[in-house]
Amino acid sequence: MSILAVENLGKIYSGFEAVKGVSFALEAGEMLALIGPNGAGKSTCFNLINGQLAPTSGRIHIFGRSTHGMAPRDIGRLGVGRTFQITATFASMTVVENVQMALLAHHRRQWQWNRWAAHYYEEEAARLLALVGMADQAERSCGELAYGDLKRLELAIALANEPKLLLMDEPAAGMAPRERNALMSLTARIAQERTIGVLFTEHDMDVVFEHAQRILVLNRGVLIAEGAPAAVRANPEVQAVYLGAGALYEAKQ
Amino acid sequence: MAPLFSRSWPLALRVSVQHARVFPLNFYFDQFVTGLASACSLFLVASGLSIIFGVTRIVNFAHGAFYMLGAYIGFTLTEQFSGAFGFWGAILLAAIVVAAIGTLIEIILLRRIYDAPELFQLLATFGVTLIVEDLALLIWGPNELLGPRAPGLKGAIDLFGLPFPTYDLLLIALGPLVLGLLWLLFRRTTWGVLVRAATQDREMVAALGVNQKWLFTSVFALGVFLAALGGALELPRQSANHTMDLQVITEVLVVVVIGGLGNVLGTFLAAIIVSELNAFGILVFPKISIVLVFLVMALVLIVRPWGLLGRAEAAARAAGGAAILRWRPLAARGRLAVVLALAVLALAPLAVGDYYLTVATEVLIFVLFAASLHFLIGAGGLVSFGHAAYFGLGSYGAALALKQFGLGMEAALIAGPLLGLAGAILFGWFCVRLSGVYFAMLTLAFAQIAWSVAYQWSDVTGGDNGLLGIWPSAWAAAPAHFYWLTLALVAAGIAALRMILFSPFGYSLRALRDSELRAEAIGLERRRIQWISFAIAGGFAALAGALYAFLKGSVFPDNLGIPLSIDGLVMVLLGGVDTVSGGIVGAALYRSLSIWIISHTDYSKLALGLLIVVLVVLFPKGVVGAFESWRARRAPRTGGESS
Amino acid sequence: MKTSSAIFSALVVIAGLAGSSAPGVAQETIKIGEINSYSALPSFTEPYRKGWQLALDEINAKGGVDGKKLEVISKDDGGKPADAVTQANELVSNDGVVMLAGTFFSNIGLAVSDFAKQKKIPFLAAEPLTDAITWSKGNRYTFRLRPANYEQAAMLAEQAAKLPAKKWATIAPNYEYGQSAVAVFKKLLSEKRPDIQWVGEQWPPQGKIDAGAVAEAIAKTEPEAILVVTFGPDLVKLVREGNTRGLFKDRSVVGFLTGEPEYLDPLKDETPEGWIVTGYPWNAVTIPDHAAFLKAYQDKYNDYPRLGSVVGYSTLKAAAAILAKAKSTDSEKLVDAAEGIAVDTPFGPITFRKSDHQSTLGAFVGKTALKDGKGVMVDVTYNDGGKYLPSDEDVKALRPQN
Repeated sequence: MSILAVENLGKIYSGFEAVKGVSFALEAGEMLALIGPNGAGKSTCFNLINGQLAPTSGRIHIFGRSTHGMAPRDIGRLGVGRTFQITATFASMTVVENVQMALLAHHRRQWQWNRWAAHYYEEEAARLLALVGMADQAERSCGELAYGDLKRLELAIALANEPKLLLMDEPAAGMAPRERNALMSLTARIAQERTIGVLFTEHDMDVVFEHAQRILVLNRGVLIAEGAPAAVRANPEVQAVYLGAGALYEAKQ
Repeated sequence: MAPLFSRSWPLALRVSVQHARVFPLNFYFDQFVTGLASACSLFLVASGLSIIFGVTRIVNFAHGAFYMLGAYIGFTLTEQFSGAFGFWGAILLAAIVVAAIGTLIEIILLRRIYDAPELFQLLATFGVTLIVEDLALLIWGPNELLGPRAPGLKGAIDLFGLPFPTYDLLLIALGPLVLGLLWLLFRRTTWGVLVRAATQDREMVAALGVNQKWLFTSVFALGVFLAALGGALELPRQSANHTMDLQVITEVLVVVVIGGLGNVLGTFLAAIIVSELNAFGILVFPKISIVLVFLVMALVLIVRPWGLLGRAEAAARAAGGAAILRWRPLAARGRLAVVLALAVLALAPLAVGDYYLTVATEVLIFVLFAASLHFLIGAGGLVSFGHAAYFGLGSYGAALALKQFGLGMEAALIAGPLLGLAGAILFGWFCVRLSGVYFAMLTLAFAQIAWSVAYQWSDVTGGDNGLLGIWPSAWAAAPAHFYWLTLALVAAGIAALRMILFSPFGYSLRALRDSELRAEAIGLERRRIQWISFAIAGGFAALAGALYAFLKGSVFPDNLGIPLSIDGLVMVLLGGVDTVSGGIVGAALYRSLSIWIISHTDYSKLALGLLIVVLVVLFPKGVVGAFESWRARRAPRTGGESS
Repeated sequence: MKTSSAIFSALVVIAGLAGSSAPGVAQETIKIGEINSYSALPSFTEPYRKGWQLALDEINAKGGVDGKKLEVISKDDGGKPADAVTQANELVSNDGVVMLAGTFFSNIGLAVSDFAKQKKIPFLAAEPLTDAITWSKGNRYTFRLRPANYEQAAMLAEQAAKLPAKKWATIAPNYEYGQSAVAVFKKLLSEKRPDIQWVGEQWPPQGKIDAGAVAEAIAKTEPEAILVVTFGPDLVKLVREGNTRGLFKDRSVVGFLTGEPEYLDPLKDETPEGWIVTGYPWNAVTIPDHAAFLKAYQDKYNDYPRLGSVVGYSTLKAAAAILAKAKSTDSEKLVDAAEGIAVDTPFGPITFRKSDHQSTLGAFVGKTALKDGKGVMVDVTYNDGGKYLPSDEDVKALRPQN
């Protein structure tokens, strides 16, 4: 069974059809990229899946359960991890506290009021930080981290609820090229180790073709291509869509 | 037991309807036009506040003070110049003079603190208001000053058979005219385009290379000009007097919020709605005025969380990088210091007399009040403008338990906090559906509604004559005993608040403040967590209020009033929002100083205002924040810490 | 450098403002604690302060009380009852005053009176008008100088009963003072004139009157007479709107306190004519004691007295008389001395009734008129407060007996 199944998804904003009849599936352990030019409906699609928006039509199943009417929080509770285009971390806490907070929430300890939070899940947090290579920065204040480190911290937070599905919105945005590949390699390794399915959107075609196992191409709200990187690259419709941008040709070389 | 329930409802709620009568149609028309005139004079003042907020994000508390200055300076000038030209020239000149004063204040004071937490500017303008109040008293004396009527517009015209003041007709024309001019200014000039862009996205405009400083200054000047113009234009309708500033500020703030912050058209609509509802409302409910605007605001905000024409606020504050202080529970040395301090405090009755013990008790009570508010603001990022509501409910709960139900002090000290808790649970449920300034204003609305119930329900609350004879039980009556009781309860309260603060629950609350998006993604229930925090803060504020009732021996609606809510904010901000102990230190500092200043000076507002302004400029992170930054600089390891 | 000089200048300013009321060092003084809303209500309390300062100078010039100089330690309550209690506590516990005096607002008067009862310290309430302070919340330690709400209402109702008007409307500020003023006036007038109908009422919030709407709303009920309890800035607004809209035209109007210079003077040429009011026509008073007071006041301050001046002056005179009669600073002896004491005031001799601790100070009733562009009172009579108070027997039922 697919961990994520999207059927005939549609979203209409006051008369404007942003997403039309999109269907696809994601298998455990798979890296799936969702691409398309600006305004193609990537973000809308993404926000429909993570529950930020409610679809006008169509169905979404995660781990076989319909997410209809579920808040982002409840979808997260199903075992879905998320990272954001602009990193969202807890700036007033240290790196390790950020992960501890995520672990507390995952274990539903957020109502505990009579014991210090710092005493919870110290080992688990350390393990997660080690996994993303942040162990040496555990005690630093989140607000003073370099951007690449923030992204890795976010990954650790997203992994805290032992997700089987990871939704990453432009994970490499705003990073230097070398950092992008390092982050995505790390993600791919973890996804494979833990058989996590990853759905990500991305502008940078290098990253997409390097790391995605499968690619979905959206244009004007419609899915125009789907398949392995090589096949998508060769698809004339995709080439037409991306013609002015040049990114695809660069990627080919 | 029975009296509380057998007695009548509060007058505010009681249907004290005028004799139902059907009036001829022209009566209604007249009432409508009268409401319109009130709306336009309200709009003139409110529009300036709206513009200032829209661009600079400053809740300009001094707006009322500028309005008052406009009237006073207008009075002085109209005494100098005569004739139609002289009169209108004087009005305009007054507005220009006040705008210049406002500009000066912006450049000297506000510019220094734009980077401080948002509310710091509110605190600064509050200080300015206090200063202006006493200066006006020094310059113009204590008496009301009645200016001339407008030349040529002294009388009334016949409007469908009823006399209607011609000056009001002018106001009715002026409202839409100003609205139109502002529209042109914002739509058709480069300056206006920049201002609108800045309203949408401040950083973007700065990135485009626009000189943001002068954009802010010019906007502030325009806003102050409108406030002062509104004040000067009141001269033919009312006297220039010392209560004008506070009388107008809450009302215009409410109108601006109802309309949607920063939206001038919304402000205009809100002014009309509020004025017309009042004009017609008093025909049916003659006592409605006292609470009407707050009722309207509460209803509007519940239905439309960003006001009539407002839009969702941009993310409140991008938590400011490395400057953030780390929150840590006290280390061993710190705990030792606290134990020592408590021991010293406990021994105080051996060393000082009754008066200072009573003052110390009062300071302790405010420490708990401020700590509870700080829990909301500092940890939760939830700025309450109406925290006094729960303090006051605590006072009334205790007083009523004693007076109505004949319970002892011990039971009253439980009943009070329970009533405050109940109020916080009820009001909090609505408030946590909003955010930012709208959240703050809804808390204010509920506080004012609670206040007006206490003020009006004379049978139970004693109205503004209050409840008397709320003295402690015999064993706690001696000042030293009551001091010890207060010290114990306050210490326990603060210990509990800190325990919660550093517990998973407290972390969750902070997580929601830091990043709602992330907090939701990891599965935190925003509304429930904030709601419970609201209730916790309310409960502890109510404990403070219950103690306060027994300290003073009496309870008055003041205990729920806006000034007390503002005092709470001042304490938290002076201490430092982003520090763990800011509320505690701020309260101890501010309350002691204000008691001393009121007792030892004739111009206490001037002194207090100057003090606030100086502290704001010197310590933009609050006193504790400044201390901790200083400590962090000395030991530059991992940024600042706060315990 | 910049920082420290800023702190320094702030301190200099604060220090400069401080210290007008620093306790004296002389040993042979009797201290009286005085509290009023100086910063919240300067238009009334500034003349009041001048009044008691004049009395203080006079008393000490004549050698004080029992050979000891009187000293007044004065505090501002900022218009807040809770702060007034703090100040009262400082005066009693720290400064060692033998009695408390002052206050303007009813709620502050009540708060201090309850404090006085708790601490067993005499309190001479100067200005608060609420009936509660001497009746329903009366206590052994509290005395009140000014004629109460009830007396003002009784004086006005007496005149109002003579008017032909049958349909009445009321405008009063929406708090206890306004509510009880209207209630008592209605009761007393309806007793004298059962034929009267109450056709309309408006309760604008104090300080926030929407005068145009209120005037229209009252006009719509077509009353023949109007009771106005509104005062201060609200009154100015109401009068201006009412004048323009013809609200007062061909109607009788009765006004609480409107004839007091504090409230009448700001109206200037807008003063409506023919209102029946209580007040203080300072330049038309014929009481002999008043002439001396007027002269002394004008000599000292180069200004005319307001009602607050008379109240402040009489308060301190009463305090001195009580101290002189008691020949002691013991609280109980002071209270015993104060009960039934006779005091000379600018309005003539008054007594503090033993039954309810209310003084018999009266008020002037007259009609407003316009003279040289200023409001004045004409057809003035001085009504002795004692004549309008309930009898000692009736008062017993009104006061808690303990």
